Amino acid sequence: MTSIREMRDGVRNKKLKAKDLVSEALKKAHDAQPKYNSFISICDESAMKAAEHVDKLVASGKDPGPLAGVPIAVKDLLCTRGHRTTAASKILDQYIPPYSATVVEKLEEAGAIVIGKANLDEFAMGASNENSAYGAVKNPVDPTRVPGGSSGGSAAAVAAGIVRAAIGTDTGGSIREPASFCGITGIKPTYGRVSRYGIIAFASSLDQAGPMTRSVDDSAIVLETISGKDPRDATTADIAVPKWSENLKDNVKGLRVGLPKEYFADGIDPEVRKVIDNAVQLLKAQGATLVDVDLPLTPHGIAVYYIVACCEASSNLARYDGVRYGLRTKDAANLLELYEKSRGEGFGAEPKRRIMLGTYALSSGYYDAFYKKACQVRRLVREDFLKAFAKCDLIVGPVTPGPAFKLGEKFSDPLKMYLNDVFTLGAPLAGLPGLSVNAGFTKEKLPVGLQIIGPHFEEQRILDAAHTVETHL
Amino acid sequence: MISEETIKHIAKLARLALTPEEVTLYSKQLAGILDHVGELAKVNTEGVVPLVTPTDMAIAVREDVVVPFKGDSEDWAVENAPDKSGNLYKVPAVL
Amino acid sequence: MAFETVIGLEVHAQLLTDSKIFCACSTQFGAPDNTNTCPVCTGMPGALPVLNRKVVEMSILTGLALQCEIRENNVFSRKNYFYPDLPKGYQISQYDEPICVKGKLTFYVDDKEKTVGITRAHMEEDAGKNIHHGEFSLVNLNRSSVPLLEIVSEPDIRSAKEAGEYLRALRSILLYLGVCDGNMEEGSMRCDANVSVRPVGEKKFGQRVELKNINSFRFVEKAIEYEVGRQIDLIEQGEKIAQETRLYDPDKNRTISMRSKEEAHDYRYFPEPDLLPVKVDRAWVEKVRTRLPELPLDKLKRFVSEYKIPEYDAQILTQTRAMAEFYEEVAKLTSNPKAASNWIMGDLLRILNEQKKEITESPISKEQLADLIKNIDGGKISGKIAKTIFEDLAAGKYAGEKIEAVISKNNLVQVTDTGAIEAVIDKIIAANPGQVEQYRSGKDKLFGFFVGQVMKEMKGQGAPNVINDLLKKKL
Repeated sequence: MTSIREMRDGVRNKKLKAKDLVSEALKKAHDAQPKYNSFISICDESAMKAAEHVDKLVASGKDPGPLAGVPIAVKDLLCTRGHRTTAASKILDQYIPPYSATVVEKLEEAGAIVIGKANLDEFAMGASNENSAYGAVKNPVDPTRVPGGSSGGSAAAVAAGIVRAAIGTDTGGSIREPASFCGITGIKPTYGRVSRYGIIAFASSLDQAGPMTRSVDDSAIVLETISGKDPRDATTADIAVPKWSENLKDNVKGLRVGLPKEYFADGIDPEVRKVIDNAVQLLKAQGATLVDVDLPLTPHGIAVYYIVACCEASSNLARYDGVRYGLRTKDAANLLELYEKSRGEGFGAEPKRRIMLGTYALSSGYYDAFYKKACQVRRLVREDFLKAFAKCDLIVGPVTPGPAFKLGEKFSDPLKMYLNDVFTLGAPLAGLPGLSVNAGFTKEKLPVGLQIIGPHFEEQRILDAAHTVETHL
Repeated sequence: MISEETIKHIAKLARLALTPEEVTLYSKQLAGILDHVGELAKVNTEGVVPLVTPTDMAIAVREDVVVPFKGDSEDWAVENAPDKSGNLYKVPAVL
Repeated sequence: MAFETVIGLEVHAQLLTDSKIFCACSTQFGAPDNTNTCPVCTGMPGALPVLNRKVVEMSILTGLALQCEIRENNVFSRKNYFYPDLPKGYQISQYDEPICVKGKLTFYVDDKEKTVGITRAHMEEDAGKNIHHGEFSLVNLNRSSVPLLEIVSEPDIRSAKEAGEYLRALRSILLYLGVCDGNMEEGSMRCDANVSVRPVGEKKFGQRVELKNINSFRFVEKAIEYEVGRQIDLIEQGEKIAQETRLYDPDKNRTISMRSKEEAHDYRYFPEPDLLPVKVDRAWVEKVRTRLPELPLDKLKRFVSEYKIPEYDAQILTQTRAMAEFYEEVAKLTSNPKAASNWIMGDLLRILNEQKKEITESPISKEQLADLIKNIDGGKISGKIAKTIFEDLAAGKYAGEKIEAVISKNNLVQVTDTGAIEAVIDKIIAANPGQVEQYRSGKDKLFGFFVGQVMKEMKGQGAPNVINDLLKKKL
């Protein structure tokens, strides 16, 4: 399938028509829907209109943008003005946002065309995309298995060849894990690199949007487009966006690759371990030096993550109260019932569980022991990483302890599901950029991603290393 | 175990109507999760300043300039409202 | 048993910024329903707050005027609770790291100086308006996210009267700074009172009760008086004071319990992750300090010492900055601060009240008033003529004209020529032989009659002192 670079060059040079690219993507999306359920809504009308507009710009000699004509799927967590946005929740089933997320606006300005809103775990809470009010997503590599989550629909859309690029979001691993499970590339940028304005909030100090694509180059191009300081998001950094795709290189000579012993401990599926070890050796063969590092707080990361994320989420989800938008119960005798029943009926089990956990952890008497403590340990987690980066240039390891598991396998045990995130939680807690690039397959042909984590704002470095892996695999 | 009493209190604070089954389920599940979380107490955090925003950056502020929001229609604010009266949101009374 | 009243006041002041605290919507009052709104202040999914820098500046300015320490590290926190006028389900406020701490406010109560401590002042956003209609409520979010500065006093206030004076003094400062228009009836300045009583000499505080719904200065005093009485009655009957919030009912002049079946609020404060801490460094504070005007109490004291006017006058003249500046200009131009004070406090204030105008809209300009006074002092016109000109100006005549021109145009120059006056006096005496005889035989009251007749004949232009002297001689 043509790369994004080839697609946009083709459209800009009048060799390809946006209309053709988009109608092809739309057809594939509809065809694949019964198989993988990767979309919550498909934007036939608006996508064709946008494609026509791009073709018109090209025909009239105007600049159609650096992503001209590229069909893209956007996680249904990002607001799209005038188009239904649900967060995969009944509580927003018919919600139509009056504005678009900055990421969506940037993509559209660049000429990319949103062909559908991708399925996800409800409110981005989950690691298997089994928590959607619109049904689970199936892994195109093996439809009896989960695609990972929460950006499962985005990953599946790319893995199934419907689109070359999808936007996901990552709070505790929700881009990297599905990317790994589906055999594609996915990157979570540094916290503050990409605007959160218009992205339905789960955990404010962790959420970041990022590209999910078939190649590192594709990811670099999309990431360039969506990054940048946004006056509408006070937590975006005032830092220039480098031309990552133009500077992408296959050269890891002299690069110090850190291997945290905690990421290579017992409990990792031996097939996964084989793939990761192989990828590490590949980097070494290409000229990198391997360095042992420590991230001793790794096991505590789960507790820190879940407290911080659930506390922030319990507050972020308070606005879904049936007053101004969203589901309102038909069964309310008074205001209190309106709140309790609308939220009771509208939220699925996972959001309810996390709201309960977060509310408890912030409640009177528990704040110090839970929330404050978690934030203190979070600082120590970040310090762990910064100490490690004094000895190495990037950190690698597995994304998850095992490959894509079967649908329903972990669903009934939330704690088990949470423990799956142990390797991906560190980067968001520390605000660091992290990606997953496919590094091989298990015996059962299940994809295994290599996780690469870099220091703050060093996306070029981790993209380059990922590029080396994909080139020499 | 977290008492069902506590679960009901938390559900009240969070304005979540729970079925009796949910109360029992969350009572067990939250207890399990919180046990795990309780391990945090073992980490020495004396003198450690809590971290909220993980990337070091200065706050961005706006100048005091009015920029009206342009929705797709005059009544965009109530477009998604389950119940309204004119351009106002309508809710049942408190009691 | 004698009781002491202990009061702390919490004032919410709406700050006079053009745009809201966390979004760029207008703060302008009176817009059509839900039109000063955007995704941020209506709590739409995905919306984020961005801080208005001017709110910080106004808060620093107010803190400096209240002699507070301005904290360098400022954190916003979320205060979580559910109410229809709170679109996000939380209010962004400041909890344990507020911008201003440890200040004080000094003011007069019954001519004595009183100082009340200011515990803290912090920035927060306002909620929308919930309009009750019996079985349902309607919600307008125009007011949602309008900036507020919450100013909390120490429980240093000891009477309803002190509470009233504290509020007046605080309001005066806010107006002087231009940060708030202090309109309690319209809600741009709101006050809650924490009231408790304790036996005189007791060091421990009694159980305090929070009073809400106080919409004017008068109601503050009445609400507190009622509440103090209620608490003392209960204690004397051996009952306990419940910890609660009570609403003031202005119609029946009483406080009523807000006893609801709701749980006590657990606001679950935590630092706002969508905003980073605001660093207010010393340089910023000093820059803002240069914009501090002379404050009302300082101005009052200076007027008393510099212009030798009584405290009472100075209080009225320093009520607003505009009034004080008007007065001071006139006082300087005329070198007659007492006359300036009398004219402004008397005739000018009366005119402004009648015409419902602010002093900045006065139909008599500072220059015109000053000239009137100077011409009286110079003997050119009489006080009576000056009053006539004044009333004419108030009615809109001679707008923008110089007083000199008015005087000469209308031939209003006071006649001091003794010869001319004598002539008129002779004429009046000749025309009124009866009254002359009555006066000479002891009816002293008739002197006024003669003065009046002479004045009338001279169309008010006779110099009163000369008339008096000559009349006395002639009669």
